[in-house]
Amino acid sequence: MSYLIEGRTGQWEVVVGLEVHAQVISNAKLFSGASTEFGKGPNENVSLVDAAMPGMLPVINEMAIEQAVRTGLGLRAQINRHSVFERKNYFYADLPQGYQISQFLHPIVGEGIVTLDLDGGESRDIGIERLHLEQDAGKSIHDRDPRRTMIDLNRSGVALMEIVSKPDIRTPEEAGAYLRKLRAIVRYLGTCDGNMEEGSMRADVNVSVRPLGEAELRTRVEVKNVNSIRFVMQAIEIEAERQVEAWEDGEEIVQETRLLDPSRGETRPMRSKEFAHDYRYFPDPDLLPVRLEEDYIAAIEKTLPELPDDKKARLIKDLGLSPYDASVLVADRETAAYFETAAEGRDAKQVANWLTTNLFGALNKRGVGIDESPVTAENLGALVGLIEDGTISSKIAKDVFEDMLETGKAPGAIVEEKGLKQITDTGAIEAIVDQVIADNPGQADEVRGGNEKAIGWFVGQVMKASQGKANPGQVNALLKQKLLG
Amino acid sequence: MSTHKHWTIAAAADALGKGEVSALELTDQHIKAIEDNRVLNAFITESFDVARERAQASDARRAKGDVAGPMDGVPIAMKDLFCTEGVRTTAASHILENFVPRYESTVSGKLRDVGSVMLGKANLDEFAMGSANITSYFGSVKNPWTPAGANADLVPGGSSGGSVAAVSGGLAIAATGTDTGGSIRQPASFTGLVGMKPTYGRCSRWGVVAFASSLDQAGPIAHTVEDAAIMFEAMAGHDPKDSTSLDLPVPDCRAAVAAGAGGNAKGLRVGIPKEYTLDGMPADIQKLWDQGVTWLKDMGAEIKDVSLPHTKYALPTYYIVAPAEASSNLARYDGVRYGLRVPGASLDEMYELTRAEGFGDEVQRRIMIGTYVLSAGYYDAYYVKAQQVRTLIANDFKTVFNDVDVVLTPTAPSAAFAKGEKMDDPIAMYLNDVFTVPASLAGLPAISVPGGLDANGLPLGLQLISGVCQEETLFRAAALLEHAAGFTAKVGGTQ
Repeated sequence: MSYLIEGRTGQWEVVVGLEVHAQVISNAKLFSGASTEFGKGPNENVSLVDAAMPGMLPVINEMAIEQAVRTGLGLRAQINRHSVFERKNYFYADLPQGYQISQFLHPIVGEGIVTLDLDGGESRDIGIERLHLEQDAGKSIHDRDPRRTMIDLNRSGVALMEIVSKPDIRTPEEAGAYLRKLRAIVRYLGTCDGNMEEGSMRADVNVSVRPLGEAELRTRVEVKNVNSIRFVMQAIEIEAERQVEAWEDGEEIVQETRLLDPSRGETRPMRSKEFAHDYRYFPDPDLLPVRLEEDYIAAIEKTLPELPDDKKARLIKDLGLSPYDASVLVADRETAAYFETAAEGRDAKQVANWLTTNLFGALNKRGVGIDESPVTAENLGALVGLIEDGTISSKIAKDVFEDMLETGKAPGAIVEEKGLKQITDTGAIEAIVDQVIADNPGQADEVRGGNEKAIGWFVGQVMKASQGKANPGQVNALLKQKLLG
Repeated sequence: MSTHKHWTIAAAADALGKGEVSALELTDQHIKAIEDNRVLNAFITESFDVARERAQASDARRAKGDVAGPMDGVPIAMKDLFCTEGVRTTAASHILENFVPRYESTVSGKLRDVGSVMLGKANLDEFAMGSANITSYFGSVKNPWTPAGANADLVPGGSSGGSVAAVSGGLAIAATGTDTGGSIRQPASFTGLVGMKPTYGRCSRWGVVAFASSLDQAGPIAHTVEDAAIMFEAMAGHDPKDSTSLDLPVPDCRAAVAAGAGGNAKGLRVGIPKEYTLDGMPADIQKLWDQGVTWLKDMGAEIKDVSLPHTKYALPTYYIVAPAEASSNLARYDGVRYGLRVPGASLDEMYELTRAEGFGDEVQRRIMIGTYVLSAGYYDAYYVKAQQVRTLIANDFKTVFNDVDVVLTPTAPSAAFAKGEKMDDPIAMYLNDVFTVPASLAGLPAISVPGGLDANGLPLGLQLISGVCQEETLFRAAALLEHAAGFTAKVGGTQ
């Protein structure tokens, strides 16, 4: 897949790196015992430490360290046994300490890899530069009062992982695929819920362009705080176009921070004051360096679940799924779990088919996720089972499935209730066949006269007469036997 | 100066135990002394109601035979850098002028829990930045000592100036201090008291208004080495709320004091660092130092000349590290959530007006120095270099403590000086800490013990420094020195 911008002077390549801020799943904040529950009233989740009262000290939440290590392992990254929390100093009303505790020179996680699943079952590796832990700031609310700004410190001190990719991304689609994959990984790991709407995942997008074939990277621009995959892709398109135009007009791109305005379809520079900071990083003297033992890391590694890449490989190899189906099914943890439950002891390919075409379609129409599916995984599996053992035909199964969507009932019960069980009794089928032949002597003669194709019409009539319940194979065989001898 | 009795913790515990005095009587005596000596300006906030309440509770405990320890019922002064629940805590700054915490610092809480009676919040240099207690927003503190035959007002030293004025003036039996570069030891030396800075991490910093986090350490100020040991044991201990707190048992320092009190220094190896001899050092200081060497030697200690080659870099290193941390630690005083706010047309203007009005000159100076040394382009040359030198200084001590148990030095390069001296020259003021700063940078325990009086009748202290967590050795040596010095001079009378 290539994404090149046709400029006046030639083709331009886009170079993108993403910095993703992912909120760590943990009951407490990074350095205080305050709750991280979403949706509480303003300033209800604030401890003395989060409000930076005089003399308050940060104490590292070990859960956050464990989650960062777990995520690092999931990214196949180097876990640094020595890491350091530093202070990033700047003044802002929703930053109570006057500094953010972050990691700078010595992050807890080093280089790793995210494998993208691209269209057509292709895959591509994107490098991870680092992952570090940091505190979130509070929230400034400017629209409650005409003159004053309100501050909500509920998020102040919440643990974030900043996951920085290498500038390996070349297209908006890859950026989307990267974010989806990263989200899948952290969800599998249980380290971040990946909810971009609630702000638990946000991205800063670093974009530069260069003439195709040029080896050097040109100046990058950071589009800050983009909060959906769609906007990230849009930001890349818009910003890359802008840069190509600027370069071609002989302008210099300056390294700056911009904001995406999706409604106007443009990026705008932030006021220079908002980013002209000298952060004066230095190691936080209130905290000791974090030292991790090999045993500690190994113990966490043992508890890692099967991750999307491994699961995908297994579905392809052991269950014979296509790479495309496999990547769709492993894309999120819930779907994968649903599939594996449904496919237990069934024809996996058929289950995959039902899931990706019928169920996904129906859920999309209803606008609900797989966790709210009226059809349980067990029931979908049972439905495939009924087809497999010949209890119902695939055609009947479609009706049963519709019923399951409506009522949430088990397929067996529906088949029983409505008498949809396939007729396999030769005598019963033969009676219907005889009746249909007797009722249609003209057509019967036509078949006997050599128009074998007309036999299909008889099959249809028999199926109709049996309300679709007759076993089509048996019907076919009996008709041939009776009409063609 | 009115004449009244100077209690020690040990004597008070004894008298309380025998029923010769009640905690409430003791407290009222000291409240009276405070009221009679407001000229010293030793307290920013008096908390007499709290004191009487705690004294009564102490008496009630004692009546039930449930005494919390030797400090139960002992009235003390609390440096106003310790946050105290329900009692205003200012750090001697306009910016916290009306700040009343709803939490109690770990150290003041421990002292409360062992029954001590907080009389009030002792004055200090603003945010503990100073060596003369002249930078307090609430006015400077007067040293209860006066030079013989003169009527000059002397500074008490700093930053724990209110604490030492209260104890030496008989307004409190003992006091808490905090020491970042000498803020316990130098004022103790200026007022004839014992002041002890523990190993970094012994006393929790939780709830203590931060100056320089990697250096700040709370410690006791008292009349005697024994009192200092009693109080140290009450203040120290691991605190999970402070990540830099040491997870070690508190050593039995009172036993160590008892071991030294008899005057037997056998087995004690004392190092005399040649680098602590300064050009232009007053003769009285050199004389007392020599005397200290002789005392220890005469009691059987082994005296060794040692070298701490990086000593001369300690002061400049300190004046990079401490302001750097302070510039960041004080960023939280921004007028947004608590403390002083001076309204402005924009957020930035509000910051500027609030901090310009809220912080005094010395605090602003250090914030600017600290901001400068952490700035892009200067960080490596100043802060990183200073941290490297700090390691060298710590290594100097490590090497020396392979050969000796304690190092003996003067505590300060002069006796208490008059208010107004050195005030226009920050560097001259910073030189006060020249002997105390190296131990601070190395995180080592150190103690100032009164050695004698200078020609003007002003007290001078000797400093002992020991290895990391070697407080028992330190207290034993201090007790030996105290025994030999026989320093009994007190302001306004003797015990």
